[in-house]
Amino acid sequence: MTSAPIQNIRNFSIVAHIDHGKSTLADRLIQLTGGLSDREMVGKEQVLDSMDIERERGITIKAQTVRLKYHAKDGKDYILNLMDTPGHVDFAYEVNRSLAACEGSLLVVDASQGVEAQTLANVYHALDAGHEIVPVLNKIDLPAAEPEKIKQQIEDVIGLDASNAIMISAKTGIGIPDVLEAIVTRLPPPKGDRNATLKALLVDSWYDAYLGVVVLVRIVDGVLKKGQRIRMMGIDAAYEVDRTGVFTPKLTIVDELGPGEIGMLTASIKEVADTRVGDTITDERNPIDEPLPGFRPAIPVVFCGLFPVDAAQFEDLRAAMGKLRLNDASFSYEMETSAALGFGFRCGFLGLLHLEIIQERLEREFNLDLIATAPSVIYKMKLRDGTEMEIHNPVDMPDVMKILEIEEPWIEATILTPDEYLGSVLKLCQDRRGVQKELTYVGARAMVKYDLPLNEVVFDFYDRLKSVSKGYASFDYHLTDYKVADLVKMQILVNDEAVDALSMLVHKTRADARGRGMVEKLKELIPPHMFQVPIQAAIGGKIIARETVRAMRKDVTAKCYGGDATRKRKLLDKQKKGKKRMRQFGKVEIPQEAFIAALKVDT
Amino acid sequence: MSLTQQPAFGVYVHWPFCLSKCPYCDFNSHVRHGGIDEARYIKAFESEIAATAQRVPGREVSTIFFGGGTPSLMQPSTVQAILDAIAKHWTVARGVEVTLEANPTSVDATRFRGYRAAGVNRVSLGVQALNDASLKELGRLHSTQEALDAVAVARSIFDRYSFDLIYARPKQTTQAWAEELKRAISEAAEHLSLYQLTIEPETPFYALQKSRKLVIPDEDLGRDLYDITQEICAQAGLPAYEVSNHARPGSECRHNLVYWRAHEYAGIGPGAHGRLDIDGVRQATATEKRPEAWLMRVESLGHGLITDDSLTREEQADEFLLMGLRLTEGIDPKRYETLTGRTLDPKRVSILHEEGALETMPDGRLRVTQIGFPVLDAVVADLAA
Repeated sequence: MTSAPIQNIRNFSIVAHIDHGKSTLADRLIQLTGGLSDREMVGKEQVLDSMDIERERGITIKAQTVRLKYHAKDGKDYILNLMDTPGHVDFAYEVNRSLAACEGSLLVVDASQGVEAQTLANVYHALDAGHEIVPVLNKIDLPAAEPEKIKQQIEDVIGLDASNAIMISAKTGIGIPDVLEAIVTRLPPPKGDRNATLKALLVDSWYDAYLGVVVLVRIVDGVLKKGQRIRMMGIDAAYEVDRTGVFTPKLTIVDELGPGEIGMLTASIKEVADTRVGDTITDERNPIDEPLPGFRPAIPVVFCGLFPVDAAQFEDLRAAMGKLRLNDASFSYEMETSAALGFGFRCGFLGLLHLEIIQERLEREFNLDLIATAPSVIYKMKLRDGTEMEIHNPVDMPDVMKILEIEEPWIEATILTPDEYLGSVLKLCQDRRGVQKELTYVGARAMVKYDLPLNEVVFDFYDRLKSVSKGYASFDYHLTDYKVADLVKMQILVNDEAVDALSMLVHKTRADARGRGMVEKLKELIPPHMFQVPIQAAIGGKIIARETVRAMRKDVTAKCYGGDATRKRKLLDKQKKGKKRMRQFGKVEIPQEAFIAALKVDT
Repeated sequence: MSLTQQPAFGVYVHWPFCLSKCPYCDFNSHVRHGGIDEARYIKAFESEIAATAQRVPGREVSTIFFGGGTPSLMQPSTVQAILDAIAKHWTVARGVEVTLEANPTSVDATRFRGYRAAGVNRVSLGVQALNDASLKELGRLHSTQEALDAVAVARSIFDRYSFDLIYARPKQTTQAWAEELKRAISEAAEHLSLYQLTIEPETPFYALQKSRKLVIPDEDLGRDLYDITQEICAQAGLPAYEVSNHARPGSECRHNLVYWRAHEYAGIGPGAHGRLDIDGVRQATATEKRPEAWLMRVESLGHGLITDDSLTREEQADEFLLMGLRLTEGIDPKRYETLTGRTLDPKRVSILHEEGALETMPDGRLRVTQIGFPVLDAVVADLAA
């Protein structure tokens, strides 16, 4: 099998908000072009979201690709390469590289919900990548659908001509043939020279238990074949290609990949970390001079400590992190020791969702119980002695007297919300030190743009936004710059001792409220001891909030004879297990829930 | 040599019938209106005693306890037959303590002489309250006066007697309880059991409490009631030797000490529990609870055992702490080490010392203090964790 003629190839991605039907549409396209039999489709909704978490949360984390064969109305056979891209802000990096591998996008919008913040961000990314965009209105069969209104919204908000948007229902299959036809007629074929020397984009890579490291590539020029010596220009390493293949969506080995094609190669690469997404691949014997423009590498922006609840699970946690890292080079970890929590890891994530997903995968797939500490961002400190340092763990903060100034990262946030929740949304942003930049209306929906400090966003912002808008507001952000800020280190003292895992950097104006919220929450969560347990929030030597867990006064079984021994022993055993989930801190036992819940304070 | 070091072997006999169920009680007791075929039960008790003695032969029985249910509903001849069976299969120590639980009613009291003749030398009366309204609320069938009369009968017949009171009852004030307790002490001789009312799951009181129709003293009042109980009893020469048990020194209930000191005991009758050391392993035994089902088991199998578990060292250690720390005499850490093969966590012990909840005696024994007793369950959990 040789590669397809370039004019019969279409590479496209789907831009959509969570729940707007991207994965269902992908399933329909695969089904209609015969990629999988009906039997293979059955019971496996969302073929492309292969992780449990992806299916449950209705999100895509890893980019995936599928090659479809389509016999068009013009009588010709086409190859359609669908790049499934993540929809969430945390994975903007993966979105960009997927978009770079395509010439066009389908913009899928729920015909009753309309455009959401993430859609907006991703469609701009697609436009930046030079894509042709075909608007698709999904769920038109629902009674609440308002296609005309949503079309107008697409024109107003995004500035795209939506007059010939395709009306579909991915769920029932309405309009799917029109989508296939539009991909062929409205999206351009890729450009490339088969006779030029090999130039390919490294789109993604992952570890497969059978194949080893699999590299997903988009061929720009030339041909990629088995046995060929290739060079990865960015990391300057050479390999011999073992296999080339495409996903239909099952892996199919092909002889070669030609210009415009998307496919995979394996080449005895040991680790995913030996490849770099966005790298340029060329022929080793006859290399090109200029690599493709690269991407901004994925840099962790949110950090937190992850500790095993049961200290004996530390080695298991280390092994699990190593395994996850094999497939997710964007997540970083290094060992950390905490006085309160013992041995664990300081981890870096692309965002809060990424953090949650990694934590959830560690707990589920590796059966670990974890404690996560307060999320932190990277602060830049200028010291009086002229040196500069970056801090992503409050514990590492130098003495206040040595600090000249602290800078914190800011983001630009785009929030779309139904009008009725606008007041609450604005209040939330103001409370979080936000600076309003723009407020526009699109029908009954408001779109606001805010500059916000990231450290206010990592702390519970998304949950609060969802709660004040009853789940209707959508949110997207990107990092902008660093700004000097009046930040202080707030410590939590339990029984007069500072608990390192609960300390955080907080803006001076926010310290009182945050401190009060934390101590109130901890008071509820720390069980009574035989003595009073004072809980304090402090900045330097100054106590800004205080609560006391009252001493236990009575806890004794009145009757306990021979017949009770078994029952009481079983109760004691349960109590012992509960205690294993607590952290002994000085004389005080702190339940693991306290470490988590204290960070979800409503302030 | 102190009592602790003496080998002790107790036999517990359960009589599972009552005239009515009290709303706070979660014990294995049953009401049978059609009368009870005591002869049939005697045979079954004899079989179970024989079967148990076969597993742990050669023991010298130091205490026997008839509990229930209401053992004072048994004919004295039934008690006699059971005691005879025990004596037949084991050796009975000279000076054996034989206790029988009794309801403080005039009818039950008529049998006291018969019990004494059968070999019973100590009675424990379920007086529960010296207040008629409270007795009614607790579902008791006797009045205060009737109870006091029964106590007088017991005093005239037995050298040793005790009675139980339940306190921290609904709406009880510290003052009312102090007066009631002093009156009780004036009627007591050497021993009193004073239990705080505990709402047990699956009892009528549990449902009432859930629907807020029953409100019992909160933690603070419960503690105050506990504290004045300790004070009044100590002043009267009846200090606590266990969380809820008070005695003149030397007059402790030796049978119950068997449990708390983690000695061996056999459980006979429906729903009775035992701890037997067989081939160096401690067995936790329990019999079928439902009386008729137990009878049928014993009649066909020779015993009513449904549980016979070997305890792990950790389980044994937990029981040792759970039971032993209830006593004011405390525990011997060396015995803990022998049982479990490990030592108590010195860090935990030192924190508890620091809190004043635990103290080490000159002879090395570890015991809970007056500060620790009101929160004993937390102390035990700390040490066991």
